[in-house]
Amino acid sequence: MSHGSMKINLKVWRQKNAQAKGNFEDHIVNEVSPDMSFLEMIDVLNESIVNKGDEPIAFDHDCREGICGTCSLYINGRPHGPLEGVTTCQLHMRSFNDGDTITVEPWRAKAFPVVRDLVVDRSAFDRIIAAGGYISVNTGNAQDANCLPINKEDADDAFMSASCIGCGACVAACKNASAMLFVAAKVSQLAKLPQGQPERYTRVASMVAQMDKEGFGACTNTGACSAECPKEISLTNIAQLNRDYMRAKFLENA
Amino acid sequence: MSWFTQTLTSTLGKKMVMGITGLFLMLFLMVHCGVNALVFFPDDGEMFNKAAHFMGTNFFIRLGEVVLFLGLIWHVLQSVRVTLTNAKARPEGYAKFVNSSPWYSRSMGLLGTLILIFLIIHLAHFWVKSRITGLEEIEVDGVLMDSLYAKMVDTFSILWVVILYVLAMISLAYHLLHGFQSAFQTFGINHKKYTPLIQIAGIIYSILIPLLFAAMPIVMYLRGY
Repeated sequence: MSHGSMKINLKVWRQKNAQAKGNFEDHIVNEVSPDMSFLEMIDVLNESIVNKGDEPIAFDHDCREGICGTCSLYINGRPHGPLEGVTTCQLHMRSFNDGDTITVEPWRAKAFPVVRDLVVDRSAFDRIIAAGGYISVNTGNAQDANCLPINKEDADDAFMSASCIGCGACVAACKNASAMLFVAAKVSQLAKLPQGQPERYTRVASMVAQMDKEGFGACTNTGACSAECPKEISLTNIAQLNRDYMRAKFLENA
Repeated sequence: MSWFTQTLTSTLGKKMVMGITGLFLMLFLMVHCGVNALVFFPDDGEMFNKAAHFMGTNFFIRLGEVVLFLGLIWHVLQSVRVTLTNAKARPEGYAKFVNSSPWYSRSMGLLGTLILIFLIIHLAHFWVKSRITGLEEIEVDGVLMDSLYAKMVDTFSILWVVILYVLAMISLAYHLLHGFQSAFQTFGINHKKYTPLIQIAGIIYSILIPLLFAAMPIVMYLRGY
């Protein structure tokens, strides 16, 4: 790691476990390079903390390529930091200035309890997917290309919805900690494709029921979720979810 | 729980109720504003008094008034429920946060509360007087009727009342600015062909209706000089 000359003051949330009361801890990170990613900067800080014999700061990360949805962090009041359409791992220290004080908090939601420090339990999302965010087909040989005709616009829309990485920034940004944008993306993705049709209405009913059970808030259409989404998932997905849910409840047997 | 109540008590169903009752109240505002705009005619309120007399005596309109009150109460109670569940969804807040949504879209509860307080005062000013306690009467075309116009002139001769009404209409404008387009989004109507139209109609509605309402006390106050 090339060393730089930036000095960063960090205010980091520390919390031993879900039950413990957490608090902010101040750290100074010296010799930060503008080319470091935000997570690499925490790596450097953690190295110095470990060298002192203390507990390093726990945070979620995996691919560090912006595609897995594992990293989180509420940086200076925004999920995934100040840039738009970018995950924390793709945020670089050049987006900050020498001497800046940066506040780092975990996602805050009843449905996302803090596990430790900046790590939250996002398994509520997994349970929502398990409730219906899939298609039931026997696996086997892949079909020939083009034997299932799909309108180009629908394919594009489904692809845009499918780009949701399930990071939870929508929940973190929403004033109601609502999971609507996530659920909407997962429902819309399959609703647009022929493979998703057989279970279309039971899916939306089950996924919304699970979403409510997990304790996420209701959508009030402020649009903060879409504004902060690293994959820029559109609010049209939420409209699609609303449409499909009402149809499922009032016209179908779901 | 039946499928119906279960649907209406889901987070999506609750929002649906907010949207339906909200749109219903918006329809009422158009009727109310249209009738009241008759005060702008320079006939010393004759046309307005006649219209108000019709509204107050027609059976179907009076029945509609009951539905209106039910709709309003449902809208308010549901909003309290939604606000309480939403507050529970984030027990511990952020130390630092940057908002990325319009302030009025996050302040619907506050704006709604201001409108409700205004509404109670407004009902006490006019509705209670004309429907229950009675008003000074005049004869128009041989028919004896309440002079609601005289009551308006009287009420809006007081400066603080005029200011209160204007402030309430500003709250209403912002409440509608979010509510109008939000209702359509909740009903699942979001389409590149229609959404720009809905947004423009929402902005025009949210400015025009409160502006006309606010103009009534202002004009009457100024006429008093």
